[in-house]
Amino acid sequence: MVPITSKKDWTSDQEVRWCPGCGDYGILLAVQMLMPDLGVAPENTVFVSGIGCSSRFPYYMNTYGMHSIHGRAPAIATGVAVARPDLDVWVITGDGDALSIGGNHLIHALRRNVNLTILLFNNQIYGLTKGQYSPTSEEGKVTKSTPMGSIDHPFNPLAVALGAEASFVARTHDLDRKHMMNTFRAAHAHRGASFVEILQNCNVFNDGAFDEVTGRTAREEKMIDLKHGEPIRFGVDGHSGVVMGSDGQLRIVEVADVGVEALLVHDAHRADPGLAFSLARLSHDNHSPTPFGIFRDVDRGDYGQMVGAQLAAASEKKGPGDLTALLRSNGTWQVG
Amino acid sequence: MTDKPSDREPEQISHVVVRFAGDSGDGMQLTGDRFTSASALFGNDLSTFPDYPAEIRAPAGTVNGVSSFQVHISDHDITTPGDVPDVLVAMNPAALKADLHRLDQHGLLIVNSDAFDERDLHKAGYDANPLLDDSLSQYRVVEIPMTSLTQKATEPLGVKSRDAERSKNFFALGVISWLYSRPIEPTVKWVESRFKDLVKESNLAAFRAGYNFGETSELFDHPYQVKPAPLPAGEYTNISGNVALAWGLVAAGQLAKLPVFLGSYPITPASDILHELSKHKHFGVRTVQAEDEIAAAGMALGAAFAGHLGVTTTSGPGVSLKGETLSLAVSLELPFLLVDIQRGGPSTGLPTKTEAADLNIAMYGRHAEAPLPIVAAYSPGNCFDAAIEAARIALKYRTPVILLSDGYLANGSEPWLLPDPSTLPDISVPFATETNHTAKDGTAEYWPYLRDPETLARPWAIPGTPGLMHRVGGIEKEDGTGNISYEPANHSAMVHLRAAKIAGIANDIPLAAIVGDEDAEVCVLGWGSTWAAIDAAVQITRRQGVKVAWIHLTHLNPLPRNLGEVLRKFKHILVPELNMGQLCRIVRAEFLVDAKPVTKVQGLPFTAAELEVAIKGVLASE
Repeated sequence: MVPITSKKDWTSDQEVRWCPGCGDYGILLAVQMLMPDLGVAPENTVFVSGIGCSSRFPYYMNTYGMHSIHGRAPAIATGVAVARPDLDVWVITGDGDALSIGGNHLIHALRRNVNLTILLFNNQIYGLTKGQYSPTSEEGKVTKSTPMGSIDHPFNPLAVALGAEASFVARTHDLDRKHMMNTFRAAHAHRGASFVEILQNCNVFNDGAFDEVTGRTAREEKMIDLKHGEPIRFGVDGHSGVVMGSDGQLRIVEVADVGVEALLVHDAHRADPGLAFSLARLSHDNHSPTPFGIFRDVDRGDYGQMVGAQLAAASEKKGPGDLTALLRSNGTWQVG
Repeated sequence: MTDKPSDREPEQISHVVVRFAGDSGDGMQLTGDRFTSASALFGNDLSTFPDYPAEIRAPAGTVNGVSSFQVHISDHDITTPGDVPDVLVAMNPAALKADLHRLDQHGLLIVNSDAFDERDLHKAGYDANPLLDDSLSQYRVVEIPMTSLTQKATEPLGVKSRDAERSKNFFALGVISWLYSRPIEPTVKWVESRFKDLVKESNLAAFRAGYNFGETSELFDHPYQVKPAPLPAGEYTNISGNVALAWGLVAAGQLAKLPVFLGSYPITPASDILHELSKHKHFGVRTVQAEDEIAAAGMALGAAFAGHLGVTTTSGPGVSLKGETLSLAVSLELPFLLVDIQRGGPSTGLPTKTEAADLNIAMYGRHAEAPLPIVAAYSPGNCFDAAIEAARIALKYRTPVILLSDGYLANGSEPWLLPDPSTLPDISVPFATETNHTAKDGTAEYWPYLRDPETLARPWAIPGTPGLMHRVGGIEKEDGTGNISYEPANHSAMVHLRAAKIAGIANDIPLAAIVGDEDAEVCVLGWGSTWAAIDAAVQITRRQGVKVAWIHLTHLNPLPRNLGEVLRKFKHILVPELNMGQLCRIVRAEFLVDAKPVTKVQGLPFTAAELEVAIKGVLASE
């Protein structure tokens, strides 16, 4: 039976405490509005977060939830998902949480393909600690901890996820609820680890970071909407497109110059993550044309189910565990 | 093989301590283990002490690469692997150099004389061959060319001489098996089940050749016999601490009616628990080898939130890394087990050597006020019960618990009277399934931090339970509702409640009990693996007419509620510890008693003699 719920059923009684104008509100609303569509029950849903502004998210969902330790949410959520493959487990994290202190846990959760839906709120700044540069901040960024500009080369979150061979990788942004809902829906439907980068505005410490890509006036020329099976093109009337050069490099071209046939056709189901990786690397900044949507969606066994399958196979072979037999298993002798 | 009894009558002896020593590649652990198993099956009481280097293969033939296995077999109740070996089997000069100083001054020294060429002697740091001068004259030296005799014995099978060398430990095992009249069948059966084809035949041939060599060579006057020990009646197995602990966790899962979830990262000497538990998937045991120590703890805590018995195992630096997860577990008030197989430190320290210096980190090694219960195992077999007890406390009080074992218990073994599973305690606790509070408007609610008035434990509602959805987190929670609260008075109340919950466990653990003389002037207060040496030392001194009392703690936090009162009855309190006096400082601080530390930090357990000296010393100081 598919549970019938409304947005209200998914909303906790806790006051939302993000800064007014924070991009997190839009993401929370998208998730709360999506949940009734998914046909799942709040009691079978768990939100696990780390530490950071975004990580307050579980408190606002009327589900089971854990606000855990900085960076450790993917590991803790792995425990939940492996123990209980029957549950829907979501991980809410940010760029500092997932890619700095928790980088190791993120890549290993993706590598193992644990059944988690990971939403990474990327605002390219440390918000909760009041404005230090993050592992996704651009080089040269001036912050409290980098008064002369950051000299750290940033991570590209999607490239990190694809490098770990994540089986589902997507990007969306906080200004387009419908795009977020569609992306989250697909991420939730995917069995295994789903990784979604959400470009999210921090209006206090990094306001307008993505305006030149996701702003209303910029979108048409800067956002590349990836659609599986279709040529990758964008701009007014799709005048721009993406081709692969003879050197293997992806380039942005005018469709009129090369013809539609020359465009790269997006294939989210390719076993090899190489092309998705190249797409993720198409933009290196916050003003060039940037792909959005589902980069990669492939089937690779769900880790928790595979753990369960080994347990079932062991029980089939050896019968249910028998403590008396276990205690005698290394040989015994009788005294008296 | 001569299956008939030896024509020379064995001399009855009450006990013997044998130490097998060789290069890391010589198979000494296996040899010792087989001798132990045969002795266990024969019915002796025994205790073992594997002593090996951290390097998997240190340069062959060097003192750094020596791997030893000491076993004490006896016709009476014993607890230690023996202070001083009666027999040393040295497979090469390095083994002789490393372990000769341990041998009894008139002990029996059996050497593989084939390994004493100039190159081997040089690698071990000998200028002259000790077999040729009189430096070993105080010992009974028996030289046996084990390598060449093994080669000869295996030659008819078509074994190449280089391969044959790998079987020479079985030759040594054969000699010692004859010398101490061990039954041969268990070893033969084991070799047949463990090895295949030519390796099996080669090991069997070497074992038989060694046995027959003992019988026929007349290098020994006669064999010895150590009769079975009059252990309490029942069914026994020979068990190491790590296996007992792993089985204890399996049992705890069964007794709690919960699936066991182990998150672990490989680390010496705790890895064997991961290995052992990974074999028992048919008990519903899930094991995940995590990406690091932190993730291992996190996964176990996540599993606990989801309704499993969450366990993480570690040692040394791994304990430090798990600190933040323990703190979260204290705040979340979820059942959670951290098993610490202590080793020498700080840092990498002595990974394969024992120490018990993690009591401080167990007690205090977390930021802020984060008390948790600590249980300590005292013998290899007791690791089984300690695991169940730690799980019982964790589940009943919804708290992380640290279970302390150490390298000595982990790898040491002893005969263990199998418990009757039907007599083990039911440690199951109910999950919350109903709302537990009524809001002002009459709505039924679930308050995740509404406590049981007796245990102060909060309810445990697991995902999948309709109507009880709730959020937990590391931010301070409002008493009752569990909602985020920064209220000063609430924080104070919660800090006190968490402390009171742990302190209250003192009403649910055994009182401190005195072994020995209640009217003694000196009381030995021990914990953990010092049990064996204290037991032996107390027995020895009491047999000499000295009055001694002994209390051995299995619960280190909270302490037994009568401990202060009991300790104050004694003029002298001695606290032997494999650290610099950690428990000693705790009891001094808690009870204002003049406890004195007896410390040892050599990566080795106490000997009984060391503690005998300490006991007599404090009495003589009057």
